[in-house]
Amino acid sequence: MKQFFAFVRKEFAHVLRDRKTLFILFGMPVVQILIFGFALTNEVKNSKLVIVDQAKDLASQQIISRIEASRYFDIEKAVMDPAQIESAFREGKIKLALIFPANFSKDLMHLNRAQIQVIADASDPNTANMLGNYVSSIIQDQQMALNQGNKIPYTIVPEIRMLYNPQLKGAPNFVPGVMALVLMLVCVMMTAISIVREKEVGTMEILLVSPFKPLLVIISKAVPYLFLSLINVISILLLSVFVLDLPINGSVALLFAESTLFIITNLTLGIFISIRTNSQQVAMLISLMGMMLPTVLFSGFMFPIENMPLPLQIISNIVPAKWFYIIVKSIMIKGVGFAAIWKQTLVLLGMTVLLLGLSWKNFKIRLA
Amino acid sequence: MIQVNNITKVYGKEKTLAVNDVSFSVKEGELFGLIGPDGAGKTSIFRMLTTLLLPDGGSATVNGFDIVKDFKQIRNSVGYMPGKFSLYQDLSIEENLNFFATVFNTTVEENYHLIKDIYIQIEPFKKRRAGKLSGGMKQKLALCCALIHKPTVLFLDEPTTGVDPVSRKEFWEMLKRLKAQNITIVVSTPYMDEATLCDRIALIQEGKILSIDTPAAITASYPDELIALKSEKMSALLKALNEFPKIKSVYAFGEYAHAAFQESGVTEEEIKTYLTTQQIALLEFKKIEATIEDCFIGFLKN
Repeated sequence: MKQFFAFVRKEFAHVLRDRKTLFILFGMPVVQILIFGFALTNEVKNSKLVIVDQAKDLASQQIISRIEASRYFDIEKAVMDPAQIESAFREGKIKLALIFPANFSKDLMHLNRAQIQVIADASDPNTANMLGNYVSSIIQDQQMALNQGNKIPYTIVPEIRMLYNPQLKGAPNFVPGVMALVLMLVCVMMTAISIVREKEVGTMEILLVSPFKPLLVIISKAVPYLFLSLINVISILLLSVFVLDLPINGSVALLFAESTLFIITNLTLGIFISIRTNSQQVAMLISLMGMMLPTVLFSGFMFPIENMPLPLQIISNIVPAKWFYIIVKSIMIKGVGFAAIWKQTLVLLGMTVLLLGLSWKNFKIRLA
Repeated sequence: MIQVNNITKVYGKEKTLAVNDVSFSVKEGELFGLIGPDGAGKTSIFRMLTTLLLPDGGSATVNGFDIVKDFKQIRNSVGYMPGKFSLYQDLSIEENLNFFATVFNTTVEENYHLIKDIYIQIEPFKKRRAGKLSGGMKQKLALCCALIHKPTVLFLDEPTTGVDPVSRKEFWEMLKRLKAQNITIVVSTPYMDEATLCDRIALIQEGKILSIDTPAAITASYPDELIALKSEKMSALLKALNEFPKIKSVYAFGEYAHAAFQESGVTEEEIKTYLTTQQIALLEFKKIEATIEDCFIGFLKN
């Protein structure tokens, strides 16, 4: 144990004495949060949609079949109790819900005017907005078809409600994204160069000729960056709450616990890279090109994963940031509890254990 | 203490033979030197004995422990100072020393008597970071770190390379004091003049050992009578001597040319007359004892 603390103390000294790097590490999240204020537009295909048809008449069926025909939507479950909708949203199963009132057809025939309620999951405001527009235009098509040759026009009014983020703020979407990105960058890149640096400088040569335990070295390398990254999480959250005006709807403790897990996943990934490479440059390149790019592409933060071809969707599953992005979005914006995100948590946990095991196994106890 | 039997090390796809069938043994409390130029295979031998590299052939034991099977025990009981300064540059003298003491499950206080003589010289700068130390101070610190866990065998790979002559002299005095504490020391150096400071030496070149003996025995075994000659025109002198009929070997050695002649020998007069015909004025002519370097050159020529 004494040895472990000696290692940790040494690692802290390495980190804290490198002032320039430290400045970048703490400055980066702040700058990124402020830069990513831009909304990002994107097209959405095959969004899961649930329909509650309380009318069950010809008029509602016609609209449903039009939606079914659209490539934008997949109907998740045709029959659903209105009470179940909320939970389906929370679990992230659906993006959109369509509710036909019981007297839909009657209203349309007698009053020439009927309403449909459209509920969208606006934790991702771009998607929600776009899906709302798609539904409206489908309904409009149906309305035009109905009105052909009619003297008195029928009007179908879609009542769109944005769930979770009624003002359609762009920020809730990118805060979890930036969080995932910054943590990924700091943790993977910094730890990726940490062990390989000892190999390059030659200190590993002395360290190897000592009774040290590889696991001890691996863990002690990660500890300072864990602390550093937690400080980054705090600063990102403070910025988003006080500067960007975004409340954290879920449990802050849970958010921290999940962030810690994600940080550890990335640290073990960085250490694995560090163990497998032989120069700081290679380690840096791999963590930058090999990690940052997939994180940006596959976390779902900039480009909706639903929209990608199937092979890419499958690849996205191995990107830790994807799972963390879902977790943070769920906690911060939807305010859900652990029950809704245990699967994602388990995936991250599994990745961490796997990477730690691989690092331990691959740790070279000799020079060549 | 150390027993090396026919170890071999091969590198890379070209199968470069870095260490070729090397055998030697080191007794307890001995100061053993591996003497040879850069690329002779000294570092490879050190790395195999410190369990950092696996030999491709042969076997060796350190302290009775096999360098392949019992690498953990060896790592616990030896001190190693690599050729390149390998301490943490961003930690201070004190921090480096404390760190290595803790890694080896000991404290600086416990073995302070071992490093005291050396440490007091760098103690005034103990708060200074290792990266900011002079070459001599770095070596002292590295030696302290290698000694702090009271190793039974100390491996020092070219400890005096890149260190000024005064510090080099000091360093060898420190080694003598350590030897007095019954620590077995294996040291390598490219400097032939340091060879005489060892109890026994192995001359090594291109992965092969040329000779192993005490420095005195090695110099005594030099087969020829050696003569040092001096002239103002060194290159002309070497060229002329090379063409001298009775010459056996001649090479530059500092400001002198060292020459060995055939059995019959030569007189100063004979050489002087010959050189005059070549328009070279001989400034000095003296019989000398062969140094380790002369022996080394002699071995290479054979």
